[in-house]
Amino acid sequence: MNSLRTQGGWLIALSVLLALVLTLVPLPSSLEHLRPDWVALVLIYWSLALPSRVGVGIAWLVGILQDALQGTLLGAHALVLALSVFLIIELHQRIRNFPIWQQALTVLFVLSIGRAALLWIRGLGGNADLDWRFWMPALTSAVIWPLIFGLLRTLRRYYRVS
Amino acid sequence: MRFVLLALLSLALMITDYRHGLLDPARQAISTVIHPIRLLAALPTQILDTADQKLTSRGELIAENKRLKARQQIFEARLQRLDALEVENIRLRSLLDSSYDLESPVLIAELIQVDLDPFSHLIEVSKGHRAGVAVGQPVIDSDGIIGQVDRVTPFSATVRLISDPGHGIPVQVNRNGLRSVAFGTGRLDTLSITSLPNNADIRRGDLLVTSGLGGRFPSGYPVGEVRSVTTDPGQSFSMVALEPLGALGRIQEVLLIQQKDNQPAPTTESDDNE
Repeated sequence: MNSLRTQGGWLIALSVLLALVLTLVPLPSSLEHLRPDWVALVLIYWSLALPSRVGVGIAWLVGILQDALQGTLLGAHALVLALSVFLIIELHQRIRNFPIWQQALTVLFVLSIGRAALLWIRGLGGNADLDWRFWMPALTSAVIWPLIFGLLRTLRRYYRVS
Repeated sequence: MRFVLLALLSLALMITDYRHGLLDPARQAISTVIHPIRLLAALPTQILDTADQKLTSRGELIAENKRLKARQQIFEARLQRLDALEVENIRLRSLLDSSYDLESPVLIAELIQVDLDPFSHLIEVSKGHRAGVAVGQPVIDSDGIIGQVDRVTPFSATVRLISDPGHGIPVQVNRNGLRSVAFGTGRLDTLSITSLPNNADIRRGDLLVTSGLGGRFPSGYPVGEVRSVTTDPGQSFSMVALEPLGALGRIQEVLLIQQKDNQPAPTTESDDNE
């Protein structure tokens, strides 16, 4: 409905697509558990920058795609991503004014909540005996957040996505 | 408000997906549409592999060729004996009036190099139901059982490895026919049997093969070797750790066994969802 006034939707789509690909790219098994949650990072960025365009609904749809790709329970990542984006949008006025390290901390916080939800879903599915490495993606995502933020902001300004 | 609705929707989705498998067609449709994403993700490794192959020197190729020919001869020699044994086996079994599975046709599929969910042991292979792959089909490599087909799309299939924490495979000790079920542990190098009593006749080095019970895996394929048997007099069951024979950690190509009657009874076997 608002696609007439807005532009640069292709950049959002492309970045999400790339995040999905990065989620699947094989890593050495020692690094496998450190893989940042690319999809969540990208969605968090867009919902922070353009909360009117990338909202809970889009996050949910992307989550469904991720579930189908990763073979997890259909709806698991959808719920987690919708939850993360919901939290970010609720707080986006504040988070925007944070210095970058506080933003990273917020990302850590939001993604940890997401992981907790994922753990709970897995528990319902019967295989919840996971160790500390399960939480690592939240940490690595927070560490890499300044990079993602800088990159996507540059791209957004360059292509005037609004 | 929208979030609450979506959260409820995902909960409903997850429950239907988990309980009834009603969503399999939907999942299949989505999976097919996003198949290019998988191929894209596998591209870097594929390019590296191809470069590796292209850059192998002539000398190395000749050496490898020689080595493979030598192996081939050894295998053929062994196979002659096996043929004779198989014929003898069929004859003896017909005397006993019991049936014997002739070797089943297999389908070779390549691994699509993508990392799926790191906490369940799934791999993606390059043949789907266009090629005749069906859910439940056993998957082996040259050394032993690897897993079973969990989901199929037209162009690819997801295989659940026997090391997945939710996977169980009916096995028997090759030496004496003792039967049990080997469960995945979540580690690629270990399966475990927890339902054998302390006095069971099983020991280090025993070969375990599929027992064929449950009807999903055909009997007689090697599964693993006993690495250790831990007996605690205070417990009524001993802990048996197995080393899988299939190279679960470095799969390149897999064989999908095609069974003639592909309607296994899914009830008795403790498979993926339990």
